[in-house]
Amino acid sequence: MDDFLAARSQMALSLGFHIVFSCIGMVMPFFMAVSHYKWLKTKDEVYKNLTKAWSKGVAIFFATGAVSGTMLSFELGLLWPKFMEHAGPIFGMPFSLEGTAFFIEAIALGFFLYGWNKLNKWFHWFTGMVVGVSGLASGILVVAANAWMNSPAGFDFVNGKYLNIDPIQAMFNKAWFSQALHMCLAAFTATGFAVAGVHALMVLRNQNKTFHLKAFKIAAVFACVGALLQPLSGDISAKDVAKRQPAKLAAMEALYKTEKPAPLLIGGIVNEKDKTVKGAIKIPGALSFLAHGDFKAEVKGLDKIPEDEHPPVAITHYAFQIMVGIGTLLAIISLMYFINLLRKKQLLEQPWLLKLFVFAIPLGYIALEAGWVVTEVGRQPWIIYGIMRTKDAVTPMPGISYSFYIFSAIYLSLSCIVIFLLYRQIKMVPVLYSKPNRNDHN
Amino acid sequence: MEYVVIAFLCLGILLYFLLGGADFGAGIIELFTSTKNRSRTRKTMYQAIGPVWEANHMWLIIAIVILFVGFPHIYTTMSVYLHIPLLIMLIGIIARGTAFVFRHYDAVKDDMQWLYNRIFRYSSFITPLFLGIIAGSVISGHIDTDAKDFLSAYVYSWLNWFSIAVGLFTVSLCGFLAAVYLIGETDSDHDKRRFIKKAEYMNISAVVFGAMVFIAAQFDNIPLIDWVFKNTVGLTAIILASLSLILLWYLLIKGKTQILRVLAGFQVTMILVAISYAHFPNFIRLKNGNAISLFETIGPEKTIYSLGLALLLGSVLILPFLGYLFYKFQKKEE
Repeated sequence: MDDFLAARSQMALSLGFHIVFSCIGMVMPFFMAVSHYKWLKTKDEVYKNLTKAWSKGVAIFFATGAVSGTMLSFELGLLWPKFMEHAGPIFGMPFSLEGTAFFIEAIALGFFLYGWNKLNKWFHWFTGMVVGVSGLASGILVVAANAWMNSPAGFDFVNGKYLNIDPIQAMFNKAWFSQALHMCLAAFTATGFAVAGVHALMVLRNQNKTFHLKAFKIAAVFACVGALLQPLSGDISAKDVAKRQPAKLAAMEALYKTEKPAPLLIGGIVNEKDKTVKGAIKIPGALSFLAHGDFKAEVKGLDKIPEDEHPPVAITHYAFQIMVGIGTLLAIISLMYFINLLRKKQLLEQPWLLKLFVFAIPLGYIALEAGWVVTEVGRQPWIIYGIMRTKDAVTPMPGISYSFYIFSAIYLSLSCIVIFLLYRQIKMVPVLYSKPNRNDHN
Repeated sequence: MEYVVIAFLCLGILLYFLLGGADFGAGIIELFTSTKNRSRTRKTMYQAIGPVWEANHMWLIIAIVILFVGFPHIYTTMSVYLHIPLLIMLIGIIARGTAFVFRHYDAVKDDMQWLYNRIFRYSSFITPLFLGIIAGSVISGHIDTDAKDFLSAYVYSWLNWFSIAVGLFTVSLCGFLAAVYLIGETDSDHDKRRFIKKAEYMNISAVVFGAMVFIAAQFDNIPLIDWVFKNTVGLTAIILASLSLILLWYLLIKGKTQILRVLAGFQVTMILVAISYAHFPNFIRLKNGNAISLFETIGPEKTIYSLGLALLLGSVLILPFLGYLFYKFQKKEE
């Protein structure tokens, strides 16, 4: 494997791994806090058990997210030293704040996990909230740093030199808000659906129904609200990308030719050599509307962009289709869930709805990863959009493919172990927390 | 503001060495504990470091963020020429952190524990070893930015006697810090004596490897003796460290825990000062005789200003909260 490709693959793998764990680690504390609050208010043992059960999951995910994040802070330099040499001082602001937020999160987690019966109960609850809030802040800050790569700001690029550096302006670049909003909603949606789905499965299997039903309801509300808001945030992102990174938008929609009005392509097979798309469903004018809010607007195609600045079209297009497709599906499931709630139907009488949630367990995360592929691959060939190319940033050290293989093996085995641990945690629920729910065991 | 940033960098490295080091050390102690005592050591250790270990490792993140934001040239030089030891250290960090959490949160305690324990113990040894190797390499002057072939650019930069001796020295110090810390965390007299013994062994091995560092330095033509003995700060620090060594042994025999912890921390701090003061503000020594200095490679003014501000703001939030964490979960002495 060629070193440049290996470096890109290793970075993609590390981020793809980290993103799942950090999203779970930043969203689960909110579920925990809701359940914890209900325990403190209602004194219903089940909520206490649920909080404890979830907190074990959070501990596993947080630790894995933290070590993979530590890895990333080194990996940026190990793989892309030329990038970090110039970018570090410019986009470092969100990272230094993130360091603080992350630190606070780790301290609060120590309090929360070990604080049962040792702390004032409301202070204990508060530390759980701090875990969530600082986790969310970390997430937003890291995404702001990534947004800077898509929308460089806070410096003047003169004759290859980076002058008049302003880190605050760099942090509040044009893309930070739309990206951070989209990412946060995605984190809540994906984690919510994954957690709700697992508990729905247990309800369907007739195990500790009270426990799992309560868990399901908390997670499902977060998931469904997130899924319904996400299309709005997606719209903000699409309009923003159309303005700032026309090449990315063109790749997302495989729009090889500039068109006015431009149709929206759904699906289709991209042929990068012939620059054609076969078998896609075309909705006339829809892309013009999504990108510019006007059915007749012109949308820039790849023909207006120099060939050596084209991102890989097929990958970006497919990833975008997957993200939007799943997003739509999840929004529909959410709508059904809320309609069901409004009509005051008992969930237990609606096994089909629970089955839909079980089906959706992995979907949110698939969409989230696909979205990440869209934004990262769609930025290529640039590492700093319009300023520095990715291939100019890669480390001079040869043999990166070996480290890629090693890390693939590590991440793969870690993923397997974490899934195995969660499986065991869930399997042990009847043993660990069954006292108040004995009636559930028939 | 540049002094604030540099002070935080030094503080980050020091605290990572003391707190993170003690944390690694706990795993090293477990590695060198006989099988019959292991599960008790594990229990004491879990109670002692469970609530604080994540926070201890944040100091590394703080130090690395300061480096890449404020001193990008230093960060990238290390990343390029010390790629391999950094990678091994990272694998160690990943393996250790996950194994520690997995073994505690695995709902079923079965044969998997064997695997977690193995991984935890060995990575607790390897990670500080390579941290020490990296630290040694940075000042050893073996980093060759003009190197033409793979070995001299990416391997001999860290694979030399001096770096390895520093690595082993680091491991002993970590084990020593952990043993001293654990003495105060156990109730049983038997375990207390065990940890005192461990602290003594680790201290002896630190002295031995410390001597080896000096020998290796001679061997590799590193003027370590000049750095330590030819300036007042270095000399004072090394004298204080030696004096505290005597006091430390006395307290060890007496089993006074609180003051012992402070003294052990003080001693390690003095060792770090003695080794590093002489080249301050130089951070990396290069093979061609040049050095990369903190002041010369510091980032642009606005960056340093906002970084310093972020660090000050952060410490206002972090330090009281962290202090309360340590206070709350420390075993109260009766």
